[in-house]
Amino acid sequence: MSVIKVILIIILTPLAGGLLVGFDRVISARMQGRQGPPILQPFYDVLKLISKETIEVNRFHRFYVYLSLMFIILTAVVMFSGGDILLAIFILSLGAMFFTLGGYASWSPYSVVGAERELLQMMAYEPMMFIVAAGLYYVSNSFFVSDIISQSKPAIVYLPVVFVGFIYILPFKLRKSPFDLSVSEEANQEVVQGISTEYSGRALAVIEVTHWYETMIALGFVFVFFAADNKISHLIAVLMCLVVYMFEIILDNSTVRVKWQKALSSAWIVSGILGIVNLTVLSFFNF
Amino acid sequence: MELIVLLILFPLLISVLVFFIKNEKIRNAIMRCGAVVTAVLTLVTAVLYFKDGIMISFGRSEVIDVCMLIVEIGLAAYIILTGFKEKKYLLSLFSFVQIVMIVWFELSEKREIEVQNYIVLDKLSGIMMLIVGIIGSLICIYAVGYMKSYHIHHKEVKERKSFFFAVVFVFLSAMFGLVLSNNLLWIYFCWEITTFCSYLLIGYTQTDEAKHNALLALVINVGGGLSFAAAIVILGTKLHTLELSVLTSMEPGFYVLVCVFLLCIAALTKSAQFPFSSWLLGAMVAPTPSSALLHSATMVKAGVYLIIRLSPLLGVTVAGRVMTLIGAVTFLGCSLLAITPHDAKKVLAYSTIANLGLIVMCASVGTQESLWAAILLLIFHAVSKSLMFLTVGSIENVIGSRNIEDMNVLMQVSKGLSISLIIGICGMFLAPFGMLISKWVAMKSFIDSKNILIVVILAYGSAATMFYWGKWLGKLNCNRKPKGYEKQMELRNDEKAPIFFLAVIVLLSCLGYPLASKYAIVPFLVSKFGTPPVIPIGTGDQTLMVLMIFMVSMLILVPMGHVPTGLFPKRRETPIYMAGENSGDDQHFIGSFGIERKSDLSNWYMEEVLNVKKITFWCNTASAVLICAGIILLIGRWGM
Amino acid sequence: MSINKKSPWVLHYDATSCNGCDIEVLASFSPVHDLERFGVVNTGDPRHADILLITGSVNRQSIPVVKQLYEQMPDPKVVVAVGICATSGGIFKDCYNVVGGVDKVLPVDVYVPGCAARPQAIIDGILKAASILEEKEKALKER
Repeated sequence: MSVIKVILIIILTPLAGGLLVGFDRVISARMQGRQGPPILQPFYDVLKLISKETIEVNRFHRFYVYLSLMFIILTAVVMFSGGDILLAIFILSLGAMFFTLGGYASWSPYSVVGAERELLQMMAYEPMMFIVAAGLYYVSNSFFVSDIISQSKPAIVYLPVVFVGFIYILPFKLRKSPFDLSVSEEANQEVVQGISTEYSGRALAVIEVTHWYETMIALGFVFVFFAADNKISHLIAVLMCLVVYMFEIILDNSTVRVKWQKALSSAWIVSGILGIVNLTVLSFFNF
Repeated sequence: MELIVLLILFPLLISVLVFFIKNEKIRNAIMRCGAVVTAVLTLVTAVLYFKDGIMISFGRSEVIDVCMLIVEIGLAAYIILTGFKEKKYLLSLFSFVQIVMIVWFELSEKREIEVQNYIVLDKLSGIMMLIVGIIGSLICIYAVGYMKSYHIHHKEVKERKSFFFAVVFVFLSAMFGLVLSNNLLWIYFCWEITTFCSYLLIGYTQTDEAKHNALLALVINVGGGLSFAAAIVILGTKLHTLELSVLTSMEPGFYVLVCVFLLCIAALTKSAQFPFSSWLLGAMVAPTPSSALLHSATMVKAGVYLIIRLSPLLGVTVAGRVMTLIGAVTFLGCSLLAITPHDAKKVLAYSTIANLGLIVMCASVGTQESLWAAILLLIFHAVSKSLMFLTVGSIENVIGSRNIEDMNVLMQVSKGLSISLIIGICGMFLAPFGMLISKWVAMKSFIDSKNILIVVILAYGSAATMFYWGKWLGKLNCNRKPKGYEKQMELRNDEKAPIFFLAVIVLLSCLGYPLASKYAIVPFLVSKFGTPPVIPIGTGDQTLMVLMIFMVSMLILVPMGHVPTGLFPKRRETPIYMAGENSGDDQHFIGSFGIERKSDLSNWYMEEVLNVKKITFWCNTASAVLICAGIILLIGRWGM
Repeated sequence: MSINKKSPWVLHYDATSCNGCDIEVLASFSPVHDLERFGVVNTGDPRHADILLITGSVNRQSIPVVKQLYEQMPDPKVVVAVGICATSGGIFKDCYNVVGGVDKVLPVDVYVPGCAARPQAIIDGILKAASILEEKEKALKER
């Protein structure tokens, strides 16, 4: 794993993520009959935020956001360089936990409610992430992404139901409706901006960049489902990532936010049933 | 060899001294010295014997056996009488049947059985010994300071400190005996002593609630003891051995499995798994040192220790499958239940039971990897949980409350306590701390064992775990400046030192677990399985180490974020956003009609979604059904 | 073109307006007029915003709130007074509780008159504010 590769991953991932978010805004706008911002708008936003004054509530809460970014970058590096997917999930949860702690650290009503909801979201999607990792391990006998994507058949052939479950919890990770409970891109009428309420300037720019990384990591999981050892499947996998993202955009624009009870219970029930069904069927094939 | 005998008996000596000496200064000094000497003895024994292990046979053990029998009969008499006095006839029945079985066994069959090795010190008992010795000693030192503050706070409780300390040292002695013995009768004796110590300590405050909970603990544990005794009788009469090491190397025939099953039931009661977990939740009324020592770090570990020892006979056998599922039900049920309580000690109790459930799951699966995970979980849980209990106890003294909602002032009131608690909580669930490594390996070993249900249950349980630790951690990171807040009490040195040491141990253990793995756990596994060890962590160790070091250094920076340095330029500070109605002090806002109102923020406890009674009921039912299924399957096997 | 001009984020506050101008402001974000094509986002949080859009003739009870919101906005920031009420009090100018325009409380940079101000005028005002933002940012950098 060379240094150049790591640097490329660190730089290219947020660029791709930002472009995707830009596409998201444009497509959402077109769906609503508007023109929408230029595609590079997310980058303009981040650059503007960097040049703004950073004001704070207390000395501590901005610190967590930077920590969170570092761990998300670590996750991206681990995942995109073919490392251990379970380790990636754990580091990702660590990064998300730091983000949540930042929300608590400012102790403002909106950010605390946002932080609680963020914890709830994490609790809702974690089981499915583990089930995905378990399923991928069953199929390829290794947790390493490099092994999983070099199998003869892509993992989706054996794990279609698990994939459906994963798509179900993807809105949690991408912060889209119907599960955008804690921090959403649009002005959230219930919790103002949720966790990011008390952040401004550079810290807010960091939150935005973290979101880009998270988007790419989530789509990275989709890629892992579809990639196999021939190059065409890699292309198909990238295409499927874009298809899934389009689907999420459509879902975002056509659904409303659900209550937290429904989000939690539906996510858990779906993960449980789909996961157990697929894995049980798989285990009969004796890997 | 004498060193080991000294190690077991030395705490008894301290116990006697502490009980009879009434002068407080001398007694405290003796306690501190006693604790330090115990720790030193443990370390010396570990250093001397760890590498090669040692097995000791006693030529003339009749004297010891007779002494044990007399003490057991005495205990049983006391328990039976207590049962009659408190109208808990089940208790008397259990105790009576138990003692009759043991006496009959001792006097008749036992003479024909030869015991080769009475004491075995291999790597696993070495690890347990270190846990008991070091953590136990630290808790004893802590108890000196804590009990003083406790009695100032709780003037209604009668002061029986010398009694308390004496019982704690007797308990230490019994634990040493338990983990170092190989003779099941001796293990049984120590087991019963720990039950009795637990009963005495829970009932320390002598309130009605304490008495009730103490008797509940006694009933359940004596029931477990009954199961243990039955196992010994069957083992002795049908299989003609009394040694644990011999039992675990036998082929899984019918009687072997029955013994293992009965021993596992005993372990379940001791480790408070479902359906026997109510006693541990009630035991939280005891003063904190006993909660830390007995009910998180050591006594409940005795149960899982026994299961780890029995693991070669678990795995795919009936007993193994039943235990795995019971562990799974417990882990999931208690992880969900831990979201609901406001009382910090209750959260810790539920979390303890859940983690013990996880260890039971790993140990019962029986593969090399899962055992590696189980032992590592055991170590990490012992250090982290005891740190947390001690810290919560001191927090109760300092801010006067155990309610998590009140802990948001902690960072301003006592930085040291709050950082220790943060380290403890991180040790329980965050990467790169050891619990996470163990969970990772556990996940891998569960997937390898092709048991899908426990993989899914582990996933759900871990998710719930993240929630309740996360919200507690968030509460601690609050940085709310308390206005006009006065500290209830200062921390004593006796409390500060053990907390500090334990925090350091938690941090070191997270960095040092590869050493523990290489020198202790893996050789133990090799000796049990005979095959070269499978490297439990699937990645190249070097990359992992680099990542770990990076993550730990990052995490050590977290508390530094709370240390004011001149490094970061002064930013403009503004009050928090309250829709423009912030009245200036971040705690009040101007509501309608211009009235200033206080803003109160509290965590989620999800009591409507997670109905405690319902979940407890279903988990108890599920585990009871599993145990019955196990019994039926065993009987069916006999019929075959 | 500087970056600030490309991404002006707006905080819209109603200081006791009749809601006419507020509806027009919201209409500016809707499909026909579409402020988002200029990168404008309607945030609800002063800390995220660059431009403070105030409608309504400010009354005495809103003064501390408006001031607090302005303080919680990071520099560089611009205030836009939308509607004639925010400019000078409008038809409510003589009321006993009305201060008479936002500029009695905050330094206003752009005035958008009208009753109710048309979306086209509001868009024009916001874009002017974005240019002023750019100048302020340059001035801030030179300091």
